[in-house]
Amino acid sequence: MNTLRAILLQASSVLAATVLFGIAAPPGASAQSYGSTLTQPASPTKAPGPDGFLQRWIILDPIHVNGVTQNAVQAAVKTNYFPGQFTVIPRDGDKVTVGDVELIWHAVDTKNYNVNLYHLVHALNKPFTNVLFWAVTIVNCPEEMRDVRLAIGSNDASVWWVNGQEVIGIYGDRQTVIDDGVSKKLTLNKGPNVIRCAVHNQGGATDFCARFLDAQNKPVKNLSLSLGDIGK
Amino acid sequence: MKFVLLTAILTLASSAYALDGQIGIHDPSTVIQCDGKFYVFGTGGGGLISDDGWTWRGGAVRPGGGVAPDVIHIGDRYIVAYAGTGVHTMWTKTLDTNSPDFGFKDDTVVATSDLDCNAIDPAFLLDPGDGKLWMSYGSYIGFIRLVQLDPKTGKRVDPNGTPYNIAVNCEASAMMFHDGWYYLLATHGSCCRGSDSGYNIRVGRATAVTGPFLDNMGVDMIEGGGKLFVGSNGRDIGPGHFGLLDLGDGVQKFSCHYEADLDRGGASVLDLRPVLWKDGWPEAGENMKGGTYEIQSVRTGTSLELAVEGVPVGGRRPLRGGGGGFGGRRGGPGAGVAAGETNAAGGQIAVGEPGGTNAAGGRGVRRGGGGGMFAGQGGVIPPQDVAQVSTNWPAGNVDLRLANYLCQAQQKWAITAVTNSGGYPGSPYFKITIAGTDRALAVSEDAELVALPAFSGGPEQLWRIEQLTDGTWRIMPKSVPNSKDALALSAIGSSFATLGKFDPTSDMQRWLIRAP
Repeated sequence: MNTLRAILLQASSVLAATVLFGIAAPPGASAQSYGSTLTQPASPTKAPGPDGFLQRWIILDPIHVNGVTQNAVQAAVKTNYFPGQFTVIPRDGDKVTVGDVELIWHAVDTKNYNVNLYHLVHALNKPFTNVLFWAVTIVNCPEEMRDVRLAIGSNDASVWWVNGQEVIGIYGDRQTVIDDGVSKKLTLNKGPNVIRCAVHNQGGATDFCARFLDAQNKPVKNLSLSLGDIGK
Repeated sequence: MKFVLLTAILTLASSAYALDGQIGIHDPSTVIQCDGKFYVFGTGGGGLISDDGWTWRGGAVRPGGGVAPDVIHIGDRYIVAYAGTGVHTMWTKTLDTNSPDFGFKDDTVVATSDLDCNAIDPAFLLDPGDGKLWMSYGSYIGFIRLVQLDPKTGKRVDPNGTPYNIAVNCEASAMMFHDGWYYLLATHGSCCRGSDSGYNIRVGRATAVTGPFLDNMGVDMIEGGGKLFVGSNGRDIGPGHFGLLDLGDGVQKFSCHYEADLDRGGASVLDLRPVLWKDGWPEAGENMKGGTYEIQSVRTGTSLELAVEGVPVGGRRPLRGGGGGFGGRRGGPGAGVAAGETNAAGGQIAVGEPGGTNAAGGRGVRRGGGGGMFAGQGGVIPPQDVAQVSTNWPAGNVDLRLANYLCQAQQKWAITAVTNSGGYPGSPYFKITIAGTDRALAVSEDAELVALPAFSGGPEQLWRIEQLTDGTWRIMPKSVPNSKDALALSAIGSSFATLGKFDPTSDMQRWLIRAP
């Protein structure tokens, strides 16, 4: 019993140190992968996962931001950090400067339903406490789709845009739950649609997931995902 | 003049209590629908009509007089039973007296009294399994009996057969079938004594239509058994004469009369209430009553709120840092409180006297539950002042969402009956507003939820709130702009609500409405 307690205490000490300082452990992964779940895309397009989850994204290095409440997060995402913040379709390796810090966009495919941002920052040796992640993906539709809904989960708060329109905001210290935030009914255009999100992490684990639901609340799967540099 | 005055009183009273309009009746039949209207017949001939099940008027016609009728719709006929000299049955193709098809035919005696049975209070059961039609009857002295009728004519299948005895010394029986069981509901106690009437409805169940009907303790109703289904409650005295009104989609209601409605001068009146099912037994549910409530999704456990920045009740707790402290779940630097922190009282948290009350009336808190950041702020934290916190809310339309309930102002909903706006079986329409404000839950032009800055009475702002058989609630707008669909408040995802077609097999449209 004492041994178990000691192990738990030791483990919690490591965790506490990680939480307190908000810095991931030194990177051990190659440039082609980020932890055990994220890899650089190896194909021009990618279909959604079996349950419709969008598994290809391009993600910017985290930006330091405080506050996880509705007003704080809304203020954060309305702050102009870099040119084209709400319009840019970045390519893998593109760089932006926020303040005096150069940040890089990273294209990733996830093996899971969710995008594990902790894995990403761990591999990049970036902070994960009180940070804001910007992420973009392009959803290509074979035809116009009416009355679909974007359904997301995030750890922690997040704000989402579809083709430039803000459609979801969830706030506070929360865990990623599938279909936590669901948009009102919207229309996806035939062809490319830009999905953009900003995920705020107050501390600890951080990830997000997203998919579209049809009018019967079933996952939309007849989509393909691509990123800005694909096909060029 | 007396009549006019009484009518006015009833109308005023009915805005806050069960059913509206002309609802005086005794020994009501089952409430039945015909061509979109609701009908119910009572003792003495005639009956009541309603367009929506909420507001009633006279005008239903039933010949034969007598007492305690019942009615059932089978095929293209409405079969009516009533008690005159013995129990009679007759049929008509419609209950609408303006229709050329209206007219009762084949008035026939199907049961008579003897020493062991007072042949009144008939009630029908159409067995959903085999299509057989049964009629129970009997009152107060002797047995409740059961005979089989021809579902086409309403006449006895075997006129010379011996009826089944299924209960004793009760009256106003009725039967229903549910989930493999036959249920016999019968009224115990005495009628016709106004507020001194002991009427109450009890129930037993059997696996065969002919019984034996045992109550929850295994007592046979033929030996006086019966589990209470509904008794006097509040100012409604002496419920009797159960009748099932199944609206489909998991919504069941029952009709009854109260021997005395104390808010209507002790008159005998009709009511419609939900039927609940718990552990295989029916129970009487409650119609929505006005008040302030939390509206929680059964699907998600999260509660409906305005999509505004919430303010913690009692104000935000300042975060205190400290080396060596422990943080919140993931508070990080600055979120912790110094380890080993104790108060000056040496273990007694400084809120009130030990174990007693403080000046604000709050209970003192002894150490053991935690000190420091866990000690609270002392005294009773008053309810959040909506007038204060709402100053930061947007002035116009506000979106809705679901969130963990934290007793905050944007999560407390006032549900208020709206007069002169119609209703549905058992209830008027309600408005749903943030308590202390006029911000009203409504349906937008694109059939989504929105909170309007003020209630203006439109049908997209009126809500039908009904208790389902599991005790949860279904919440439906009176109408949806640009749509004829009947939609219900629906939890889509953990944190958002919308409108969706009601699915009785899902928790998406089931809500808990409870005191905040």
